[in-house]
Amino acid sequence: MNNTQTERGPTIPRDMMLEMQRRMLRIRLFEERASKMVRRGQIPGTLHTSVGQEAQVVGACMALRPQDNIAGNHRSHGHPIGKGAKLGPLMAELVGKATGVCRGKGGSLHLADASIGSLGESGITGSSIPIAVGAAFSAQILGEDRVALSFFGDGAANQGVLYEAMNLASAWRLPVIFLCENNQYALSTPAHTVTGGRIWKRAAGFGMAGVLVEDGQDVIAVHDAVHEAVECARRGDGPTLIEVMTYRFREHAEGLRLAVDYRDAEEREHWLNRDPIKLFRETLIQKQIADAAALDGLEAEVAQEVEDAVKFTDESPYPEPGVAFEDLYTDTYELERAS
Amino acid sequence: MTVMTYIGAIGAAQREAMQADPRVVIIGEDVEANVYGTTGAGKARAEKGDFLQEFGRNRIRNTPISEEAIVGAAIGAAMTGLRPIVDLSYSSFLYMAMDQFVNQAAKNRYMFGGQNSIPVVFRSAMFYGLSTGAHHSDRPYPMFMNVPGLKIVAPASPSDAKGLLRTAVDSNDPVLIFETCLLWGLKEEVDEEEYRIPFGVARVRREGSDVTIVAIAGAVPLALTAAEALAADGISAEVIDPRTLVPLDKDTIVESVRRTGRLVVVDPAHRSCGVAAEISAIVAEEAFGSLKAPIVRVTSPDMQIPFSPSLEAQIYPTAEKIKAAVKSVCASRASEASSNISRS
Repeated sequence: MNNTQTERGPTIPRDMMLEMQRRMLRIRLFEERASKMVRRGQIPGTLHTSVGQEAQVVGACMALRPQDNIAGNHRSHGHPIGKGAKLGPLMAELVGKATGVCRGKGGSLHLADASIGSLGESGITGSSIPIAVGAAFSAQILGEDRVALSFFGDGAANQGVLYEAMNLASAWRLPVIFLCENNQYALSTPAHTVTGGRIWKRAAGFGMAGVLVEDGQDVIAVHDAVHEAVECARRGDGPTLIEVMTYRFREHAEGLRLAVDYRDAEEREHWLNRDPIKLFRETLIQKQIADAAALDGLEAEVAQEVEDAVKFTDESPYPEPGVAFEDLYTDTYELERAS
Repeated sequence: MTVMTYIGAIGAAQREAMQADPRVVIIGEDVEANVYGTTGAGKARAEKGDFLQEFGRNRIRNTPISEEAIVGAAIGAAMTGLRPIVDLSYSSFLYMAMDQFVNQAAKNRYMFGGQNSIPVVFRSAMFYGLSTGAHHSDRPYPMFMNVPGLKIVAPASPSDAKGLLRTAVDSNDPVLIFETCLLWGLKEEVDEEEYRIPFGVARVRREGSDVTIVAIAGAVPLALTAAEALAADGISAEVIDPRTLVPLDKDTIVESVRRTGRLVVVDPAHRSCGVAAEISAIVAEEAFGSLKAPIVRVTSPDMQIPFSPSLEAQIYPTAEKIKAAVKSVCASRASEASSNISRS
């Protein structure tokens, strides 16, 4: 691993590269702000950030089209933000406001923004993987030009449902991408201590392509790998398993006070020096896509977007109690039952 | 009208639904070969009317034996434009996919604030009473009743099986249908035209004035047999089949008990926290003043299902057990009942 980024920039238009940086900044600043709000008691419940993993999230999402579907996990904010979701309704959801994207009923663990193709984030490890496979199945049967991408971690890679889902997707040649976000720890458990072999190599057993992205801090490298898998899926050539090596900079969940320091200081230092946003900023300057002033301006714009999202949240009301009894079923039966 | 078997009616409803809407697909283990007889006109594979011939592999497709992936994929497909019918064959296979039923099917619409609807039907059959032993004899609908967000259907006749399945496919919410294998050969006059039976509307199978028998799924024909025999003994029994357990037609049951003053609930499922327990509680809460005798449940005990026919037969409700229960409630008075309770 070195400090230079993949030399494959020319395939990606300038505007798109800037958009990548914008979305990575959105995730970073949104989540840093949300973490602050957790500490201040403004956000109830738990919060899992993708800080440090922004390249892996955005690289994948930017290889997708708006109508493509994603399904994710407890590390939930990056996925919709990476796919282009508006920040206001996401932040309002984290706080539990009526204007939240899930009307205040999902919270951080169960974010979903259907408007950007999200099928939802799942609080159960691995549980959303077959949901993405189902979205790929409907695309195939309905003849729609959609693909689906499943985000899951190295922890979920040891759930049996992944292998049922991979087998089904391969047997039916479904347009789905299995993207393993290997941040190297399942909460406090080092992945290598509970994982036999390499995750990406498991693809071979299912007759599908397996790809390793060694440097998941490089947004272009992630994008290119996912782009190729998406093209393969869209052509009807079936699924791909991609393992992206990355690292979460913050604790598993905000506010978690663990007695044991399970991550080696040197290891942390190494990865903190590979901040995907700083690395890509250098790349953008080197390639003369933007200068430092322009990138500072971009960061300021995103910071303002986050502040606007917080303002939107502050000004939004909490949901009426009756909302707790809505949305269980599509018909009015739920109201009769609750009464 | 034409005479159909219970299983034939399920096949007819599936064919109607497939013909009516190209978004309806059937997936499951062994559905292409029509192994269970609901995806073809008859058992012969080459017979005209075979679903695979009529609809092709895009509309009916064999799955791997991967219940968790099948159920999850059906949910995902339902969230993105299809209306799948999933044939899970045996009801005890549902447990393999419990996470998908409980955490995805039942919760996704609610926890995402109503952004999605999940129009998917999960069919499975209860093979109890057929010496299939403990792994294939489950009647698991009560545990799914404890999961808000699912609709639960348990048809007890061919006409109900057909009309309820059409409504299930029309539903924009996940529906679990529990079919009773012992009823597969049961025949009834069924309308061969399309019709739908609304959920949450019980069917009064027999009117009566002395006692209300609420019977679930495979217990319905037993209750009718018992009611017939009781009539000869001068007892007039009303037999109610709720047909759907979620939503449950409380009103019809409570209204009946208010008239008869007595309730026997018959359910082939286990006793604890079951449909019979729920219906008993509802009646105790809403019609206590009308009761002339304690409510009696006739259920399977909280026991696993043994293999040997000589062991298995005693487990489930029978017409004889129902008769005995009705006679006991007709003999006892509420005052005696309460003194019994205070003694115990």
